Amino acid sequence: MLHSTTIILISFAYLGLLFAIAYYADQRADAGRPVIASPYIYSLSLAVYATAWTFYGSVGRAASDGVGFLPIYIGPTLMIALWWVVLRKILRISKRNRITSLADFVASRYGKSALLGGLVTVIAVVGILPYISLQLKAVSSSFTILVQYPEIIMPAEVSAAPIREDTALWVALILAAFTIAFGTRHLDAAEHHQGMVAAIAFESVVKLLAFLAVGVFVTFSVYNGFGDVFARAAAEPALRVMLTPLEGVAGGYSNWVWLTILSMMAIMFLPRQFQVAVIENVDEKHLNKAIWLFPLYMLAINVFVLPIAFGGLLRFPDGSVDADTFVLTLPMAEKQEVLALLVFIGGLSAATGMVIVETIALSTMVCNDLVMPVLLRLRRLRLNERPDLTGLLLGIRRGAIVLILLLGYLYFKLAGEAYALVSIGLISFAAVAQFGPAILGGIFWKGGTRAGALSGLLAGFAVWLYTLFIPALARSEWLPIGLLEHGPFGIELLRPLQLFGLTGLDQITHAMIWSMIANVGTYVAVSLAASPSADEHRQASLFVDVFRLSGETGGARFWRGTATVPELYNLLARFLGAAAADSAFAEYAGAKGLPWPDQRLSADADLVHYVEVQLAGAIGAASARVMVGSVVKEEALTIDEVREILDEASQVVVYSHRLEQKSHELEAATAELREANERLKELDRLKDEFVSTVTHELRTPLTSIRAFTEILLDDPDVELEQRRNFLGIITKETERLTRLINQVLDLAKIESGKAEWVESAVDMKEVVSDTLAAMGQLFKERNIAIEARLPENVSPVTADLDRMIQVMLNLLSNAAKFCDPVNGRVEIALSERDGCVRVEVRDNGRGISPKDQGEIFSKFHQVGGVLTDKPRGSGLGLHISRQIVEHFGGRMWVESDIGRGACFSFVLPTAAAAAERAA
Amino acid sequence: MSNFETKGQHFVALCMFGMLLFNYPILALFNVPSTLFGVPVLYAYVFIAWGALIASMAYLAESGG
Amino acid sequence: MSKRVLIADDEPSIVAALEYLLQQAGYDVLIARNGDEALALIEQRIPDLVLLDVMMPRKSGYEICSRIRHHADWRHIKVIMLSARGRDAEVNKGLAIGADLYITKPFSTRELMAKIGGLLGQGSSTARPPEHDAGNKR
Repeated sequence: MLHSTTIILISFAYLGLLFAIAYYADQRADAGRPVIASPYIYSLSLAVYATAWTFYGSVGRAASDGVGFLPIYIGPTLMIALWWVVLRKILRISKRNRITSLADFVASRYGKSALLGGLVTVIAVVGILPYISLQLKAVSSSFTILVQYPEIIMPAEVSAAPIREDTALWVALILAAFTIAFGTRHLDAAEHHQGMVAAIAFESVVKLLAFLAVGVFVTFSVYNGFGDVFARAAAEPALRVMLTPLEGVAGGYSNWVWLTILSMMAIMFLPRQFQVAVIENVDEKHLNKAIWLFPLYMLAINVFVLPIAFGGLLRFPDGSVDADTFVLTLPMAEKQEVLALLVFIGGLSAATGMVIVETIALSTMVCNDLVMPVLLRLRRLRLNERPDLTGLLLGIRRGAIVLILLLGYLYFKLAGEAYALVSIGLISFAAVAQFGPAILGGIFWKGGTRAGALSGLLAGFAVWLYTLFIPALARSEWLPIGLLEHGPFGIELLRPLQLFGLTGLDQITHAMIWSMIANVGTYVAVSLAASPSADEHRQASLFVDVFRLSGETGGARFWRGTATVPELYNLLARFLGAAAADSAFAEYAGAKGLPWPDQRLSADADLVHYVEVQLAGAIGAASARVMVGSVVKEEALTIDEVREILDEASQVVVYSHRLEQKSHELEAATAELREANERLKELDRLKDEFVSTVTHELRTPLTSIRAFTEILLDDPDVELEQRRNFLGIITKETERLTRLINQVLDLAKIESGKAEWVESAVDMKEVVSDTLAAMGQLFKERNIAIEARLPENVSPVTADLDRMIQVMLNLLSNAAKFCDPVNGRVEIALSERDGCVRVEVRDNGRGISPKDQGEIFSKFHQVGGVLTDKPRGSGLGLHISRQIVEHFGGRMWVESDIGRGACFSFVLPTAAAAAERAA
Repeated sequence: MSNFETKGQHFVALCMFGMLLFNYPILALFNVPSTLFGVPVLYAYVFIAWGALIASMAYLAESGG
Repeated sequence: MSKRVLIADDEPSIVAALEYLLQQAGYDVLIARNGDEALALIEQRIPDLVLLDVMMPRKSGYEICSRIRHHADWRHIKVIMLSARGRDAEVNKGLAIGADLYITKPFSTRELMAKIGGLLGQGSSTARPPEHDAGNKR
């Protein structure tokens, strides 16, 4: 026999043990030797996720849906795989901004908006109420069942219903007292509840052991292992369908997927998960272990769910026993008194753990983000003038805890009976999933605005209320059931469970789809439509770029105003108490290398920011902002100024980009300059070369002239013949000199564009004929054969007649010079084709090498080396000829093979063609 | 920092892979009425895949920085 | 025995003037119109002095001078470089290679003949100009 007194005594003993653990952990923390500074404790505290719902409800769900309960745990596992990216960022943001709760986080992100913080708080409280009621229901039910031992009677059939309800009320009140003792013993700016965390970790161990004990007992003692349980189930036609449940009973794949997504949100945004994962986290590195230990915990606590479910279904085939109670009723049916008691304690630990953390998290939110902002705005209360507000803060939190638990009890009374444990929990999951877009969007998307978050949350929450909360009340007959069947005012399209005619999904999936569409859609659309304020812009950057902005004083630059140190000190002392304020200021002064108190400490932006952050730890970011604003005469920063500060970092990047660009440009410019310099040097070298060559060409004839002149001068006895010869040489060299000087001047004129061109219609046939006639004597003297092939007539070209004669003379004398010395032969051809008159002069000399062909037209180039005798000539003739031809729009080139003579050609456009081209 | 980013990308990839494992159509492959060591194939698959996913996460989380 | 002088230049009129002058002065005159001819004549007839134009076809005056100075049997040959290029760098280059004199065109015939006489008159046994030593060492 288990007397109710025994059970109650054992329960209190267990709670006492928890309290002792918490007390011990707090003492250790105060002594500076914290017990929770361990990744294992952190991982176990995360297992507060496994509540009475897991403990009792998973089996209940499995008994109807098979694997249908697993997305609730697989979803979190998948989400945790993203923790390295997501939670690490949230952790960093929260630590830097002293975030105290989920609501604080959202409010802070969107410009420290008190309104948003309040909304999140309301959604959280309303959304979590079903979840808390679930815990109350589980504890009171399990208590009621256990008291009947060895009979197995369901609570609903227990005759004295009022007693049962009283049980739930008592549970609520006891848990409230216990939570107050845990969570609000003192006010900590850091909001760490080390004792609570230690107790929660312990509870996680207890509930896991209890569940595993039942699992092992059922699987291996009642049956002969997993295979046996499933084999027996397969033998039952009613159960066989559950062995391939995804098409049969689990509600199909879409329900599975949506449950997974829902749970992914829940593991991040349930207030208690945020509390243990973010607020209570003492070391970011603990994540490394938690990332796999916590999923492993969830795997372990689920291994025996299916055997227990099938065991229960086999043991109680008539359906008289609620599947939610199998964990407890199976040991009872097997007369395992101690095991049953252990199960009850395990369930109790699962429920209390959830309730404690959840209510502490919610009470912080209610106090910091709902009550305080309102109180601080009510000037009548003159809160600003109260010397110490710590008592008030604690009082508000304690009141909130009691209120939340009583509301949970109320929900249990109103709607608790209509739903199974899991369904109740899922309603809460769907509520907190509404935080997903605002938070995830908030940490990865700078464009998310306050208005967007507000409207998104409101829209999602409204759909949640309509599709989940109202139906729950309707099913419990608090609202007319007709609302569900025919829709409001008989509008079928608006039926809460088949909104807009969407059918074929379970209630949760249906609600998730519509609420997420409303939430995400509104959040994104409004964010894009509204431009953010300066505050929002600043906070968005602080959150999204948390890994890029460095230093805890990242926010300090955004304060611009004046305050005094005593004002700031008094402000902090009012909310934290004088002792805490003193130690906070001492720490700050210490960091600046000053004692505290000290006159030199200035109330600069750093200190103001520091005080705000300290204050935020106690009353939330939004309230802290208001309070600091009350003592600091802040000059509002315009959005442009905020942008300027924020963009500084990115501007540095931009600047460095620009610098890089500039240096690239400089490099390019340098390269260009170098190139230009090279060109100049080359030109300079060419000029030197030119001067040097001209000098050489001038000096050579001068040398002869001077030598012979001196000979004739010094030696009057030179024979007449010699004398004549010498004078002849002098004359020839003088001519050469004159020719050279003329050509140099000519070239200079052409190159500088100062040459005078007398343009007229020139008949090239005439030019060739005249030149040939003039040169005839020379060719005859040298015994060179000439062949001229001239057409009847050619079109006139526009050119300078004298210049054309110059060109022809040059080419002909060139040919005469280079043709075969013995059987010299020169061919001249004139032709007209394609609007061009072409002149060719071919010799039968040695030819010109390809290398020399390229250079032969350059100044002073004389084909040397291959010639024994240096050809006479200035080396300017061909160069000048080409310049002339090109001046009149023509072209001059040479074709030659070594040993086969050379052919110099040029073409000139006919006058008609030139006119046409000009037009 | 690049080590952190690489690790983050590995985790994201792992999450994607996990989503594939626990989704249609992979799940449907195992939703058959036969058993593995006496356990229905679907149940066995889900737990084994889940365990493997956790093992990968453990390896990734504990490796390097 | 008259001293032998080689004229190496590709300008016929200059060669003609020098040839006349040297013959009048009683030297045995050899004439080369390019670098190759000059080398061949030096080899065959080993002149006492070479008048060397710098810019010649086939082989430049610098190259001929350098060969003379690097040939054991030719070291005693006096070298006078004649060039229409008279920049310091070119003069120095000629002297560095081992030329005894570097004379820029156009030159005074009297002066040139005096210098030739000086170089040949001093004989091969007495002290040589320092430029010569410098050339030898190279």
